[in-house]
Amino acid sequence: MSIRERLSGNEAAATAMRQINPDVVAAFPITPSTEIPQYFSTFVSNGTVDTEFVAVESEHSAMSACIGAEAAGARAMTATSANGLSLMWEMIYIASSMRLPIVMSLVNRAVSGPLNIHNDHSDAMGVRDAGWIMLFSENNQEAYDNLIMAHRIAENKDVLLPLMVCQDGFITSHSIENIELIEDEKVKEFVGKYKPEHYLLNDKEKIAMGPLDVQTYLFEHKYQQANAMRNAKKVIAEVSEEFEKMTGRKYSFFEEYKMEDAEIVIVCMNSTAGTTKYVVDSLREKGVKAGLLKVRMFRPFPAEEIAKALSKAKAVAVLDKSDSVNGVGGALYTDVTSAMYVNGVNVPMVNYIYGIGGRDTTSYDIEGVYNDLMEIVKSGKVDNPYRYFGVRREK
Amino acid sequence: MAYNVKEIVAEKPSRFKAGHRMCAGCGAPPVARMVLRALKPEDNAVICTATGCMEVSTFIYPYSSWSDSFIHTAFECAGATLSGVEAAYKSLKNQGKLPDGKETKFIAFGGDGGTYDIGIQSLSGAMERGHDMVYVCYDNGAYMNTGIQRSSATPHFADTTTSPAGTKIPGKMQKRKDLTEVMASHHLPYVAQSIATANFKDLYEKSEKAIYTKGACFLNVLAPCPRGWGYPTEDLMQINKLAVETCYWPLYEVENGKYKVNYKPAKKLPIEEFLKPQRRFKHLFKPGNEWMIEEFQKEVDERWEMLLKLEEATNREE
Repeated sequence: MSIRERLSGNEAAATAMRQINPDVVAAFPITPSTEIPQYFSTFVSNGTVDTEFVAVESEHSAMSACIGAEAAGARAMTATSANGLSLMWEMIYIASSMRLPIVMSLVNRAVSGPLNIHNDHSDAMGVRDAGWIMLFSENNQEAYDNLIMAHRIAENKDVLLPLMVCQDGFITSHSIENIELIEDEKVKEFVGKYKPEHYLLNDKEKIAMGPLDVQTYLFEHKYQQANAMRNAKKVIAEVSEEFEKMTGRKYSFFEEYKMEDAEIVIVCMNSTAGTTKYVVDSLREKGVKAGLLKVRMFRPFPAEEIAKALSKAKAVAVLDKSDSVNGVGGALYTDVTSAMYVNGVNVPMVNYIYGIGGRDTTSYDIEGVYNDLMEIVKSGKVDNPYRYFGVRREK
Repeated sequence: MAYNVKEIVAEKPSRFKAGHRMCAGCGAPPVARMVLRALKPEDNAVICTATGCMEVSTFIYPYSSWSDSFIHTAFECAGATLSGVEAAYKSLKNQGKLPDGKETKFIAFGGDGGTYDIGIQSLSGAMERGHDMVYVCYDNGAYMNTGIQRSSATPHFADTTTSPAGTKIPGKMQKRKDLTEVMASHHLPYVAQSIATANFKDLYEKSEKAIYTKGACFLNVLAPCPRGWGYPTEDLMQINKLAVETCYWPLYEVENGKYKVNYKPAKKLPIEEFLKPQRRFKHLFKPGNEWMIEEFQKEVDERWEMLLKLEEATNREE
């Protein structure tokens, strides 16, 4: 029997970490993820976990220590947000290139500057090419479930890549919602024991990690990394299926909400999907064929599947909670449009940058997007595909 | 048992292997070799280096000079990386996930760039947290790997590529940071300053103490660089000797707060003896620049006197 609880997103993440019982956690506090190492430290202090908690002096050191620990043969986890992830940036690439299945709980927050502690996705988008598997979560339940699945995916021999589970700062990290927890024993069994093949503390095999890798080798090593990311797709599908068998909760690369006959579709990630579902329901009551595609697996990017899922739509809006500041649109938009082009799907597309620095995203905003999509369907043209909502500006 | 270099070398083969690509006359390889010789042969070790000469010359894929397990991640985080390895060891050991009866020791190496400067934060953090590890700085007094740029370990007036001795500014105008003292202020169980002198006794004994003292320990070892300092490669040991005999680089240790100066020259040599053979100080010997040598001497004297006072003060019988 699962356990019904009421937890915030941070509590859910910390609970997952307690049940996973990693060997090492190294973390440095930063709003809004601070609570995760706080709760976790309590588990350590009270002996509920076997973990060695390394209270590092910076996020750069948090990731460095995670790399050291994972390389040594331990399961290592961390949590961070925004500037914390930015400070880790150098080590983020090193973690994935060393093929270390470190798991991170990323509580999304705007990257400075100016300083802002509230939610957007600029932190995650800053590391989207870093070779980490990236899973996004609509609510506390998904943040928890994705973490429970994380090690199984990351540690798979065909993958061996680090993985981050994202959730929206404050919006889900600090709101208390109902959640179904899995029993400790079941999690333990599902996650399984960590059995690395090569590790520093192996008495029988000395290894050296982190070489100077010159022109004659780096390309091949990077190619192997890219292959591992391609392999991750299959593994994510398999682990999600196994997870569904245990919990009844189904996870795909993305969630399709009322998509069967949808004509106007919003593509987004994390908590905005919740608001969008509410708007889809109310539009459906009025007979509008609205749908939602919520991306869970952002890296690897399910290009082919997304293109297929959107192929029957008449107009699509991609919502980006981070501006790429490239003059053409956000990162998710660029990925989705490129997926569609390559797969021969031609549907009018529009991009909205929204919610920057924690700007509220209301059901009215989402309704406005669907209204715009209806206009596009009617007129058959997209005037300006790179749009904003919720921002004050001169008309 | 009295120290005997021949016996040590015969009984303990080098764990840092030949074939690396460090320069001839570089002070760092003898440091790595001797520090690792202080390990008990039956003990395992995990070595970590900061990015720098020692890393890029000893682990060029797919070749490694390190016979122990080894990890390098980046420039500024050898302290943090190794602290993660050590935390993993503690955790796995406590959970019974590692075989019993085998000890593993943790040793980091970083140059002065990776230690005094870009890596000081992660070093300070790792030391303060008290991981059971040794951090060894091989101090060659500049960023040698990138081509002799000044560091905070670069001595006063030295000519480097970012503090060139020019017509207006005669070399590095700032004094050298005293990292050994910074580390002593972390109240670690063992902090020492050493150098690879003729029979390696000082370095060996300090390494042994640092490795086998529980907790975070720090060794600062002067490691001359023939390219950056400008001395003939065969003169390495002579330069080392002069660094000690002039008291430019005093050999001392701080054990649980008590200072011990390990070598007090009967007759302290004037600093010119150390400066003269080095190209980086050539401009100090030009007519009109006598004041620079005087100032250098004054600085050396002050630091030496302070060290003697610290020794006296921390060993005073109440």
